[in-house]
Amino acid sequence: MTNEILKGDLLDESVELSLNELCQACSSSTEWVVELVEEGVLEPIGYQQTLWRFSGSCLDRAHKAMRLQRDLHINLSGVALALELLDEIETLQSRLMRIEQSNNG
Amino acid sequence: MDFKDYYSIMGVKRDATQVEIKRAYKKLARKYHPDVNKEANAEAQFKELGEAYEVLKDPEKRAAYDQFGSNWKSGQDFNPPPGWDEGYEFTGGGPAHDGAADHSDFFESLFGEQFRQAQQGQGRAEFSARGQDHHAKVSIEVSDAYHGATHSITLTAPEIDSSGHLVTKHRTLNVKIPKGVKQGQRIRLAGQGSAGMGKGKKGDLYLEIEFKTHSLYRVDGHDVYLDLPITPWEAALGASIKVPTPDAQVDLKIPAGTKGGGRMRLKGRGIPSDPPGDFYVVPQITLPAADSDEAKELYRQMEQKMAYNPRSKMGV
Repeated sequence: MTNEILKGDLLDESVELSLNELCQACSSSTEWVVELVEEGVLEPIGYQQTLWRFSGSCLDRAHKAMRLQRDLHINLSGVALALELLDEIETLQSRLMRIEQSNNG
Repeated sequence: MDFKDYYSIMGVKRDATQVEIKRAYKKLARKYHPDVNKEANAEAQFKELGEAYEVLKDPEKRAAYDQFGSNWKSGQDFNPPPGWDEGYEFTGGGPAHDGAADHSDFFESLFGEQFRQAQQGQGRAEFSARGQDHHAKVSIEVSDAYHGATHSITLTAPEIDSSGHLVTKHRTLNVKIPKGVKQGQRIRLAGQGSAGMGKGKKGDLYLEIEFKTHSLYRVDGHDVYLDLPITPWEAALGASIKVPTPDAQVDLKIPAGTKGGGRMRLKGRGIPSDPPGDFYVVPQITLPAADSDEAKELYRQMEQKMAYNPRSKMGV
């Protein structure tokens, strides 16, 4: 074991990845990422493909999309739908938690 | 090692058709996929399911497995009899999904060797390939998210040694947890995954942040909640009381007439971020026990002098 302290990148909105960097981190083709953008799964900043910047949460989402596609054999429109529904469930659950908390008092 | 009852894992009968097995797999895979199912054991169940399907979808593996009969139950101590797979032919099907790469000891003891041989036989088409990414969880305290911290993490990963055997490798890393992290957020450590093949780059290591359960605080995103017990007189008359936060102790003014169940917001006192989260105090009015003559007398005085009917709106 070394005493070196590793500092990683927190995958939040402050991280910026280029299209190329995102493809590398996902071991994916450019076409696959472009398709995700077209489906609205990823929303990069910048109008042109060459200027696209992806946030850390985009990388999280791309990984999730990749696992869903690979493990459940769903196409990208299906992945997009699943991710949107999962987001909605998360929002509802967090609302539910807050309501339950204020009712418990 | 524990026996695995692949039929019960997949919820199918032992005489299920291949079509039924496939259908059961698809259904359960959607149910237990760790990106869909947030239960703590979903990932383990998903892996177990993948392994069960890998065996049962392949008629050769299924036939070999079936010879152990229906008397075996999951969890029973099991060792494959020598030469158990004699007379069974394996052409080797790939895993149900990449995530199934880490198999149980049970699977390894039955199919591990053939599996790797078959894979080697297939050969790798690409000369260079990027190394695999690794994923791990790191449990932190709420206060770590306020101040940042350094955690020492021991990772265990299976590796194939030079003689083709599966060995478990441990390594310890010191990792900086930046302040402002949220539950479920990931930290990416570039180049800390598996080595690549040929000219391929190393994979990355992803650490997922998980908050340890705290006896006082609950975390929701960047917001932190605290249930604060207060006395009836503090609630009725108002008070200034000391309240703990993961950062520092603060003085909180309880306004007169505070009701239980509401919440008081301490703006920006949650987990630091841009903008920072909020700290919510949820007052919980607690009643002192009438466990002495004096306490009973005080309750009686209230009864006589306060003319309070909380049921007045009920018409009774």
